Amino acid sequence: MNQPAAISDIPIETCVTPEQEHGERAVFCGLTSIIWLHRKIQDAFFLVVGSRTCAHLIQSAAGVMIFAEPRFATAVLQERDLAGLADCHEEIDRVVAQVLERRPQLRNLFLVSSCPSEVIKLDLENAAGRLNRQYGGRVRFFDYSGSGIETTFTQGEDSCLSRLVEHMPADDSNEPRLLIAGTLPDIVEDQFLRLFGDLGIGAVDFLPARSLDDLPPVGKQTRVLLAQPYLGQTARALIGRGASLVEAPYPLGAEGTLEWLRAAARTFAVDDDRFERVTAAPLARAQRAVALQRKRLEGKRIAFLPDSQLELPLARFLQRECGASLLEIGTPYFDRQSLAAELELLPAGIRIVEGQALNRQLDRVRAAQPDLTVCGLGIANPLEAEGLRTKWSIELMFSPIQGFEQAGDLAELFCRPLVRNERLAV
Amino acid sequence: MELTIWTYEGPPHVGAMRVAASLEDSHLLLHAPQGDTYADLLFTMIARNGKRPPVTYTTFQARDLGADTAAIVLQSAREAAERFKPALMLVAESCTAELLQDQPGTLAAGADLEVPVVHVELAAYSRKENWGASETLYHLVRALLNGREDRSERKPADPARRPRVNLLGPTELGFRCRDDVTEITRLLDAAGVDVNLAAPADASVADLLRIPDADANVCLYPEIAQTTCAWLERKFRQPTVRTVPIGVGATRDFLAEVAEATGIEIDIDKIERNCRLPWYSRSVDSTYLTGKRVFIFADATHALAAARIAREELGFEVVGLGTYSREQARGVREAARQHGLEPLITDDYLEVERRIAELQPELVLGTQMERHIAKKLGIGCAVISSPAHVQDFPARYSPQMGYEGANVIFDSWVHPLMMGLEEHLLGMFREDFEFNDEAMPSHLAAVPGEGYARSGQDDTGTAAEGTPAWAQDAERELKKIPFFVRGKARRNTELFASERGVETISVETLYEAKAHFSR
Ligand code: SF4
Ligand code: SF4
Repeated sequence: MNQPAAISDIPIETCVTPEQEHGERAVFCGLTSIIWLHRKIQDAFFLVVGSRTCAHLIQSAAGVMIFAEPRFATAVLQERDLAGLADCHEEIDRVVAQVLERRPQLRNLFLVSSCPSEVIKLDLENAAGRLNRQYGGRVRFFDYSGSGIETTFTQGEDSCLSRLVEHMPADDSNEPRLLIAGTLPDIVEDQFLRLFGDLGIGAVDFLPARSLDDLPPVGKQTRVLLAQPYLGQTARALIGRGASLVEAPYPLGAEGTLEWLRAAARTFAVDDDRFERVTAAPLARAQRAVALQRKRLEGKRIAFLPDSQLELPLARFLQRECGASLLEIGTPYFDRQSLAAELELLPAGIRIVEGQALNRQLDRVRAAQPDLTVCGLGIANPLEAEGLRTKWSIELMFSPIQGFEQAGDLAELFCRPLVRNERLAV
Repeated sequence: MELTIWTYEGPPHVGAMRVAASLEDSHLLLHAPQGDTYADLLFTMIARNGKRPPVTYTTFQARDLGADTAAIVLQSAREAAERFKPALMLVAESCTAELLQDQPGTLAAGADLEVPVVHVELAAYSRKENWGASETLYHLVRALLNGREDRSERKPADPARRPRVNLLGPTELGFRCRDDVTEITRLLDAAGVDVNLAAPADASVADLLRIPDADANVCLYPEIAQTTCAWLERKFRQPTVRTVPIGVGATRDFLAEVAEATGIEIDIDKIERNCRLPWYSRSVDSTYLTGKRVFIFADATHALAAARIAREELGFEVVGLGTYSREQARGVREAARQHGLEPLITDDYLEVERRIAELQPELVLGTQMERHIAKKLGIGCAVISSPAHVQDFPARYSPQMGYEGANVIFDSWVHPLMMGLEEHLLGMFREDFEFNDEAMPSHLAAVPGEGYARSGQDDTGTAAEGTPAWAQDAERELKKIPFFVRGKARRNTELFASERGVETISVETLYEAKAHFSR
């Protein structure tokens, strides 16, 4: 295997075709998304059918444990389940009953499949169907895959939402409605709702909704605006139900948010004056807030290791709004449809690497010596110990970063390791 | 299937990783899907290691299943051997790979890697982390030493040198293992005994080959080293020192056992003089510790030690005792009986919570799980065992074993009880007109500025006179801001508004202020 050239040696070209890399991957699996999904969808329980590893992953990735009894758990497969001594479907029913006994108020339950349950071909769709009949609608059951052999990190949410699309009621009205897909923190959601309201777009739904009782309708009049870049499958499922996709960059940074809103405004024929009027003040605020951070990021060389699938929009924000220069951008997988509008904003000749061969990638990072490397939790400290500055990307999943009011915070998240480095004299 | 909410132990392959990460020059090839790489963060984030654990994951995906996962094993093994040039390659499977039956051990062994390969079977669906570590250490030691000739009797003592022992069991992510090795090495040195090697912590593969040179093995953490010690005893007739030296009494017993195993005399009283626990515990200030009701739940090693210290050395009353280590539960059962208690052997954290809530102890000694339970119930707590969180890997030297370990234990167990007292005083003076909400307990007095946030205090409460009013929607918006920064957001916004003569704070004002102050 010949060593890829150092990042800085790559000539600037014009086309955006990701390079492919195959090898050892250092990314979480889709189960990880349960950590934010269970907080967003407050009336659902997530039951992973998996192994002790799966339980340990969620617990470790959550980092800070949740005090109350959480709304997720794992049904850990035992030797007797595998040896056929116990009937797995009976076992699922038993464990589900146990969960429901503990939480009699529970209305919705996700059965989440994992690598082990998928390798032994345990059919959770079948189980969900059976349980739905059994509980006669008192509790609703859904299934989706969060396994590491099928999904990468945030893709778990894609898998979950695309399943929910099947359960969304049909909308046969003639009134266009806006559907925002992708988990956003409540506070961000409310900010957007106000903006849409001011723009005169009144019919706005969110997927996931905070309650599964309020699953939004979908139909020919649905205009889907993705709030997260990892929802390719969900987008396709929505299109499959008649919806149309509004192409837009993602609402990260002042520019990203503006263009995202503008795409919606155009779709709903909001006139330009009104759009200017509504967005002017928050846009100016966002720009001011980013400008405050910009001086620290200007000219800084930033590399991304593949992780949350937010890499490209974040890179776009850092480059266009913060003046950073981009080295290699790793991404776990590359979904051209979901990223089309982002690619237009990125500079030509950018180096995108899809997939991962961990050690070769780390070699390239070492050779390039970026000012900041955005990477997963397991790799951050080792790179720091080698004298590199890092931003661990899972924090970006847990903090409100989208929208005008958070643009400054987003920039600040990247500044912090640099500022800290300047301060420390040890 | 078993309903699991939080787990005390990870899967067995995490135990194998801990052994590999402890050793200096081995590498673990783990046949596992990508998500299993989360385990790296246990080492790099929780224990703050500056290096990734020496593990290569095969990270096969669904599309590989139909094709050839075995080929991925081979390629990963070759690449790892070439890149890391380990002295030895451990090979194991995580839960998913165990189902594939690719036999990665056989594959790697047949791959002409020019490095010895040791395969460990990990029984992912019936066993857990500590067992995995124990098996890995055992298979490793056995693979390296089984070819040696068996001894039919003990190695005769060599009068020309001091006796020497192996310290077996200290492992990465173990509770204070690193400091314990240092402390026990010093203790033994004072007793006239050398440490031949400690393993797996910081041992090289070449070191492991010297295990038979020692006169005895000290089994420091039975969860991890007991199986290996038993095999070495059979194979090389090396006696095992079984007392775990946590606490003053146990350290005395330990030294006595070392003396017996090595055939020397040790002046225990003289060594013990450095220990402050006995005097601190007798000083009048400690009277208030008498009969404090304490609940203990930990791995078996630390639970047993804690029960003895609590009763004999601090004068507490043990009201509950249990462990999550089923493999080592026997000793805990017995100890519980001696304390007149029903032992709690479980890995269901909710059961532990229920028991603690029922017993209402004044102090909880446990793992990070019990810390949560105790916090929730408002009870003081000290962490005494894995699983532990990042703050239980302290920067300062803080062993649990030996006499210095006893000093550390005195401080760290008594501290939460004292904090309780101070909180109480603070509560008493709450009504005092000089009482100021920004007051802090004196143990925090060195931290000026930030007010001491009392739990339960409503930081979204109505504004005082003279400050601008909050519009209802702005107030609602404020409540969405995380509680730990909400107070600051309120103060800043009010300041911003009054400086500008704004009488009613709207959502817009809130964000104007936020933008103004964010720099
Ligand atoms: S509360 Fe403490 S022990 Fe628990 S997760 Fe947070 S930091 Fe760790
Ligand atoms: S990668 Fe697979 S086995 Fe591992 S935690 Fe994720 S779902 Fe479970």
